This record gives sequence, C-alpha cells and structure tokens, in this order.
Amino acid sequence: MAGTWVYVDHFKGAALPASYEAIAAAKTLGGPVTALVFGEGVEGLAQTAFHYGADEVLLAEDASLADYRAEAYASLLSKLAKEQQPDAMLFPTSTRGREIAAMAAIDLDSGVLPDVTEISKDGDSIAATHPIYAGKLLSKVTVSAKPALITLRGRAFGKPVADTSRSGNVTKVAAAVAEGDLQTKVVDYATVEGRVSLADAGVIVSGGRGVANNPALTPPAEITDEKEKEIWRAQQGFLMIGELAQAMGAAVGASRAAVDAGYIPYANQVGQTGKVVSPDLYIALGISGAIQHLAGMRTSKVIVAVNKDPDAPIFKMARFGVVGDLYEIVPALTKALKERLSK
Amino acid sequence: MKIAVFVKQVPDSAAKLSVDNGAVNWGDAPLVINPWDEYAVEAALQLAEKHNGEVAAISMGGEDAKEALKHALAMGAGSAMLISDAALANADAAAAAKVFAAAVQKLGGVDLAIFGKQAIDSDTGLAPAMTARVLGWPALTMLAAIPALDAGAKTIKVERAIEEGRQVVEGKLPAVLSIVKDYAEPRYPSFMGIRKASKAEIPVWSLADLGISAPESKVRWTEISAPPAREVTSEMVTGANADEIAAKLADLIIAEGVL
Repeated sequence: MAGTWVYVDHFKGAALPASYEAIAAAKTLGGPVTALVFGEGVEGLAQTAFHYGADEVLLAEDASLADYRAEAYASLLSKLAKEQQPDAMLFPTSTRGREIAAMAAIDLDSGVLPDVTEISKDGDSIAATHPIYAGKLLSKVTVSAKPALITLRGRAFGKPVADTSRSGNVTKVAAAVAEGDLQTKVVDYATVEGRVSLADAGVIVSGGRGVANNPALTPPAEITDEKEKEIWRAQQGFLMIGELAQAMGAAVGASRAAVDAGYIPYANQVGQTGKVVSPDLYIALGISGAIQHLAGMRTSKVIVAVNKDPDAPIFKMARFGVVGDLYEIVPALTKALKERLSK
Repeated sequence: MKIAVFVKQVPDSAAKLSVDNGAVNWGDAPLVINPWDEYAVEAALQLAEKHNGEVAAISMGGEDAKEALKHALAMGAGSAMLISDAALANADAAAAAKVFAAAVQKLGGVDLAIFGKQAIDSDTGLAPAMTARVLGWPALTMLAAIPALDAGAKTIKVERAIEEGRQVVEGKLPAVLSIVKDYAEPRYPSFMGIRKASKAEIPVWSLADLGISAPESKVRWTEISAPPAREVTSEMVTGANADEIAAKLADLIIAEGVL
C-alpha cells in the first residue's frame, strides 16, 4: 500500500504535539496517511490520530512495547514497512523518533532526512529542508530510496486542527520481537512533572550569565565559597524567572554560559550545543547573545531582550529591548502580565 | 575492556558561515574536535580507568581530521586511527555507520562503541543508532550517567536524558552508547598528553583495509544556502521606572498576539 506513514511518538501514552503536526504534514503530500501507534493501553491515541487527519491506524499493543525501547519499536516498524511498502515515513524529531528512523533506515536500506523544517513533493520523491550548523545554514535534501524516512522538527509545520467527527479503521498488529530476544530493559524513570519541554514550548524565558548579577541578595551564612555564593544567587534568579515563565505557561531556557557556570542543568540549554528552539515568544534575560546562542533561537517569532549592556548583540535580533537590570524588570513584568492575562 | 570512541573534526561553533559556489565556507575559523565528542572521549576514559580498559579513538575524514584524533590522544586515548577514502566523500549517515561498524569489527573485541550525541556541522544525530543497528548491538543513547557496568558479566546500567527527564535502562554488552553534556566536564589535554599526541603516528585505514566496498549513500544534498536574514524592527522600551517599563512591555507583547 503506497502512502505516507506517521509514527505517533508518545511518552507513557501522552503524544508529543509534534506527532500530530507530522500527521498534518503528511496530508500535504497527498495519498492516504497511516498512523502507527505502539505501546500498551494506547488505543486512545488511535482515535486522536484520526481526529488530526489519519485515514488508518496500525496499532500494536503488547507488554514488550509498554516501555519504549528502540530495538523493539524499530523492528516492528521495519517489518510492517517491508510488508506494506509505504512511500515515506514521518517521525517527530524526538530522541525516540530520531532513533527509530535511524534503525529503520538500516533495516530498509534507505536514508533519513533528519530534523527537517519543510517538506514538499518533488516528482516521485520528497524534498526537504534540513537546518545544519544549528540553523546557520539550510541544506536541501532528498532520499533516493523508498520509504523515505523523515523526522520533522517540532513547531516547524504549524498547529494542526482536530476534527473530532473523523474516525477510521484500526488494524491491530503484533509485536515483532519476543521479550526474551530484547537486549535492554527499562528499570526506572525520573521524570519532572509539569515541566514544559523546550522543543514544544510556545513561549520560552531564558536566563544567562547576568542572572547571577544581583549583589543585593545575601546567601545563607553556611555558604562561604565565592563560587557557591554566585551559584546560589543565580539559582534565586532562576526561581524569579520561573515565576515569569509560569505566568505565561512558558518553558525555562538558559545560555551555555549559565549552564557551564552551574546555575541550571544542561537540559535547559538553548543554542548550538544545546537545543535549537523556535517558540512564538522568546524572552532573553541577561543573555548577551553569543553567535552559538543566537543560532539556537533565531527562528523565534518575537524576541524580547533585557540586558544591562546597551551594546549586547542580542538587541539586534530583538523586537523589543530593555536596557536595564533584570532583577527590577522581571518581577514587574511578571506582575504586569499576570494582571493582563487574568482579564 | 576495549572501548572505541568516534570523533569528528568540525568548524568551531563560533564560526561565521557562508556558502561559496555551493560549498560551506567557515572563513578563518579553526577546525576543532566536535564539542559533543569531547564528552564521549571523557566517558570512554573514565570507563577505561575504572574497568582497566583501553580506548581507541576513530575518525572518518580527510587528513585534517587527524587533529580531532590528536585531541583525543592528548586527553588520554591510548591509540587512534583515521578512516580515509576518496569513495567516502559524500557518505550519508547510513553509509558512515556501515564504515564505523566495519572499523569496530576490524579492531575486534570491542565492548563499547561510544559517540557524542551529534556533530555540530551536519546536525543529524543518526550515527549512534545506525551503527548499533549495523552491528546488531543495543543502542543506549543520550547518556547522562552510567551508574553500573560489569565488564565480567557484560552488563551495563545507564541513565538516559530524554525529553521527559531520565530513563534508567539495563542492557548487555557489547553496546553502542552516545553521551550528553551532563555526563562530566571533559578534561583538558595535559602537557604530557599534548606532547605524546604531537608525536603519535596515526594509521590511516582505507575501505580496502576495512574489507568493505563503498556503501551506497541514499541521501542527496541538492543545495546549501544561507537562511533568509531576520527582518526585525527593533524597538527599545524605556520608562521612568521598572513598573512603567514592564507595563509598556507587557502591552507590546500582548499586542503581538503570541500569548
């Protein structure tokens, strides 16, 4: 069966928004769209896939698929693709999506177009745009084999609209690998509840080196080391930034300088050696705007910068800039936004 | 325990890039070891120190890729080899993975093949999972920590940094790993290490040396371009005090319709 397949990536039954963006993108290629849902107790995702435009769902539910494992998922995907021969398979660019696509490319003797921001039909094949060097350049790519395996960058393809009246046919399929033949086992999770992921965030508030710059804050007496005092000050600053983020339902990001200084974990780093993000609103606080950071957020729709240094390069990218102390501006902005957004 | 760590030579992350006649130009920016690969080398060295192992650094590329290997040697890797062959000029990630897998086989007895999470030039992040698949080994990617490894029993326990937090996975060796920044700060090359690296003879392996023919690349690059310049009209927001500035800024943000 020709057509486009979409891998519905989810974590414990909660689909990534980019999964549905991928279904909507698949529709633009023409031909039938088949969604693949793997897991255990995930039949509900099949219905949502129909709402977003899937024509058919291949559903695999098995204890061996309860925890995502690359080998189990990729083997099943490759087996189904060999049987049914789709023209293309789309995945959200997530740790899981990238990995399954990579493995399936080896199984199916094809290639992966990773983390693309545009796709279009090009005769019999698909042309895509892959940002390289963290988006400093764009590469047009295509794959000469079938199925073309393509991972789509989250938020690059627009928000799909759900039509809850749509439904379709669910075909149940069995797992491809027996539990005993799998070489890995998931033993635990340490997840952060309620955290907004940078990749999916519509709004991001990021802090930089400047966050530590508040001499008015007095660290507790038991902290005597100067470096520890600096980190403590910065962490208070990031708590304040967290409140601004919360007021807007935003994710918290950081510059590499802030991460390297130990102010905040690496998971929050935006930039060339962190995450490349593309929110509707990006607020940069105490970030001067090194080229590596700018590469990671330059496609944000609206950029707001607050910095003490009027010559900071970040202001050249910003729609709105404030030259000032973030410790004065941020609490005032949090209050002002709360008042306006509660109306 | 035998560990292979893969490194790539890339333009420095501070490079200003342009496109000249369809090719990437990084001006006079230096070429450096891919920053993410430094974490892979650090992980390889720590594991080797703990489990009485040896580390071999491998790179694929032209003669200049030897610099990335020398960095790995200076950090403490025991040996290094360069895979270089004109037939690999336009290798895609899958073709490269087949070459990496052949190199692991040629080394022989490798327990761990370690990669950085992705290269900052091509930005594909596909090599670890693809190489694992070619070898038929488990892929344990995006590792922030390796809480347990038993070289005798050939088992490993890892903490993966995934979008939702951490996932703890147990697996069997041999395995392919990829390492992220949380693992540990990469060590600086020591003075002795730099001296040793500068004298090192790095063997070059061709595809014939690896015993394979050039793998076919299915991905084609048709055009490289600079992204359109960001059109932005900047507006500086000023006021008598923070509250006034914040009120103006809040109104402006809301008027943009992005909240």
